[in-house]
Amino acid sequence: MPIRFDNVTYEYPAEESAVVAVRGVSLTIENGSFVCICGENGSGKSTLAKLMNGLLQPTSGTVTVDGRSTATEEESELFAIRQKVGMVFQNPDNQMVASIIEDEIAFGPENLGVPREEIGERISYALDAVGMTEYRHQTPYKLSGGQKQRIAIAAVLAMKPEVLVLDESTAMLDPKGRAEVMKVARELHRQGITIVLITHFMEEATRADRVVVMNEGRVVMDGTPEEIFRDREGIARYDLELPVTDAIAAELAADGFPIQDKIYSESALAEAICRSK
Amino acid sequence: MSIEIKDLSYVYSPGTPYAAAALNGVTLTVNEGDFVAIIGKTGSGKSTFIQHLNALIRLQSGSVKVCDIDLTEKKPDLKKLRGTVGMVMQYPEYQLFDETVAKDVSYGPKNLGLSEGEIKGRVREAIELVGLSYDEVADRSPFELSGGQKRRVAIAGVIAMKPRILVLDEPTAGLDPRGKKEILALVKKLKETSSPTVLIISHDMDAVAENADKVALFSEGKVEAFASPREIFYDDGLLSRTEMDRPAVVKVVKEMEKRGVVLAERPVTRAEFIAAVKRWRNG
Amino acid sequence: MGNVVFGQYYPSGSVVHRLDARMKLLAVILYIVTVFFITDYVMYAALFLFVIAVALISKIPLKVLFRTVRTIVFLVLVTSIINLFFTQGDTLWVHWHFIKIYKEGVERAIKLALRLILLMLFPSILTLTTTPMELTDALESLMSPLKLIKVPVHAIALIMSIALRMIPILMEETNKIMLAQKARGASFDTGGALKKAKAMIPVLVPLFVGAFRRADELALAMDARCYSSVANRTKYKVMRFALRDLFAALFCLAVFALVFLNKYLWAFDEMILALFG
Repeated sequence: MPIRFDNVTYEYPAEESAVVAVRGVSLTIENGSFVCICGENGSGKSTLAKLMNGLLQPTSGTVTVDGRSTATEEESELFAIRQKVGMVFQNPDNQMVASIIEDEIAFGPENLGVPREEIGERISYALDAVGMTEYRHQTPYKLSGGQKQRIAIAAVLAMKPEVLVLDESTAMLDPKGRAEVMKVARELHRQGITIVLITHFMEEATRADRVVVMNEGRVVMDGTPEEIFRDREGIARYDLELPVTDAIAAELAADGFPIQDKIYSESALAEAICRSK
Repeated sequence: MSIEIKDLSYVYSPGTPYAAAALNGVTLTVNEGDFVAIIGKTGSGKSTFIQHLNALIRLQSGSVKVCDIDLTEKKPDLKKLRGTVGMVMQYPEYQLFDETVAKDVSYGPKNLGLSEGEIKGRVREAIELVGLSYDEVADRSPFELSGGQKRRVAIAGVIAMKPRILVLDEPTAGLDPRGKKEILALVKKLKETSSPTVLIISHDMDAVAENADKVALFSEGKVEAFASPREIFYDDGLLSRTEMDRPAVVKVVKEMEKRGVVLAERPVTRAEFIAAVKRWRNG
Repeated sequence: MGNVVFGQYYPSGSVVHRLDARMKLLAVILYIVTVFFITDYVMYAALFLFVIAVALISKIPLKVLFRTVRTIVFLVLVTSIINLFFTQGDTLWVHWHFIKIYKEGVERAIKLALRLILLMLFPSILTLTTTPMELTDALESLMSPLKLIKVPVHAIALIMSIALRMIPILMEETNKIMLAQKARGASFDTGGALKKAKAMIPVLVPLFVGAFRRADELALAMDARCYSSVANRTKYKVMRFALRDLFAALFCLAVFALVFLNKYLWAFDEMILALFG
């Protein structure tokens, strides 16, 4: 169930002149993939995310989800698309409508007209998938950022989407919260859900199948994490930041140290350095 | 111009069923010129602690002395205190309120009771210092600016008060890599110019290792350790007890030790690590 | 804080807590109407007994119940005093210079005070035994017949639910903003009323701007989860009447009926007074 962008441009209406957020982007998100969309603030990555489920409609070009165009005025069409392409946003507090977690998770299925009896099961499934089952009857107020985002993910999962778009969902979290969310994302990917991760944390990009880099509304780099990280010039030009381990490896390799210039976890880097003597 | 904290304790909502102890006897001395990183799990008392430094929280128990202002006195000079300790809260761009950038930045100096001329000068200086062009932004509404620019305006609003001590609560939260670099560079510049003493709350251990002179590790309302990054990040017992993460560099060193390679030094920054590895290989 | 909004809910887990919130709400409405109809001391006493009985069944300490009356002490005093001094009548009790206090004035003042206190007590039991969420659900359910005349019942209920959710968040935000402005030298407790009001501008503006931003983000999140106030939604939580609700309803009806019967048909109060008088 791919999401296809065909020469899509999006302009935000503004007072003096329209701001072009996305320019002529053509790209396909394949079924079952884990795509990371990176770029600095203002690169258009968040706009691209909102184009994926019709929250924004292209100024020109088309976005199709499983063959259906998002440029429709029909509410039922839009809902069908949004059921398939679920989205979690950046601010954990500004996504929840209910004071009890169970009610929050039920919100999506209720909107879809899912029968009562089935909603209960979906709530159980969703909370279990994000590891928050014990919190079913509690209020979200006292939860940590990571926990709140997991609830937000569960609230979307209850709608049984095929794609989960995480629009900078880790930007406001502490490292612990980020790790929690990434763990859930990887697990869901393992279960077959397509994951689109919008982020500026490059460590998160190392876990993806594919990394798409945006700059000033255009796609400027597109490849595996390895390919992207090896393109030093591109990384520098687009103000991305290599994770520390990769930056160290790059610097050592550039200085003639016998180590391959690639992506490393901490243990892999240690291994490679130890072997080099 | 130092900060002396002795046995500081604080309980929220004391005497009610919601009572919660946030600080349990914190003792700490920060000297002028220190760059202190305050680290600790969420809920360990870091925010409560810094809010005592400029008396946003009223002292309950213990003593706090900032420069020559003693907060145990009946009526400490709060105006002077807040002009001495400048505090930038988390996501400071959400506190902007005035019609123009210049007016918003002048809020602090106005509250200090400075003269019109002095205020104007400080506002211009502060806006330029944070890397914005005074002529471009001074008369614009702060709400028109981008997120990164708004944050700088908020910071300008604090440094226009020329605080000798600058306290920042996660100043890089929510920023992209370029934004983070720029803010950290700004903080370093401020340290060298008007605010020689800096305290930063941070969750980014790599940034802490690269920039801080001293690290105060908070856990359950107490300062578990107050030492150099090197001493803190190599103290395995301490880190596991407080459930703290390490900088990536230290993690790699530990992994190398697992494989039988021990470096002579204990690097915490990237540069130190690369130098140490090269020395090891050549030596 | 925030777990229990308004701090009123007293979780003593009694049967009254488990009663259907709609029934409780209707009982309170009937009660209020009843209070307005009674005029004699015996019936006031009867209602007091009723309230205390319900409080005991709810396992609410009387101390807690009467604490809610504290909020209207000022109002009670003021209205009583006004009635005391300004009611004309036949029997003059106190005459001092230009101050005239009649027996009727004293009676009126006392009865008014009793009425106000009674008006406060039973609704307080409602809020002490019912969570705000339950009340919102009850209101939504009771309003549902209005759907027939196109009143957006669910939208209204959702607004209440979101407001409940946002109140602790906005309170915390207000506090944060106040601290930030204090850190810049602001003072919120000096000066006269006008000065204090002006001092609040640096708090209110960011709060409002922030609230609008939150609303925008929340609306987007709701769109992403297919919310539509028009289309057919299912409802996960359904309120069901149980046997205990029937008993409680009959009990309340009996008490209120007796009061009305007393006023219009049989004079119970005179009978009781005759018995004991």
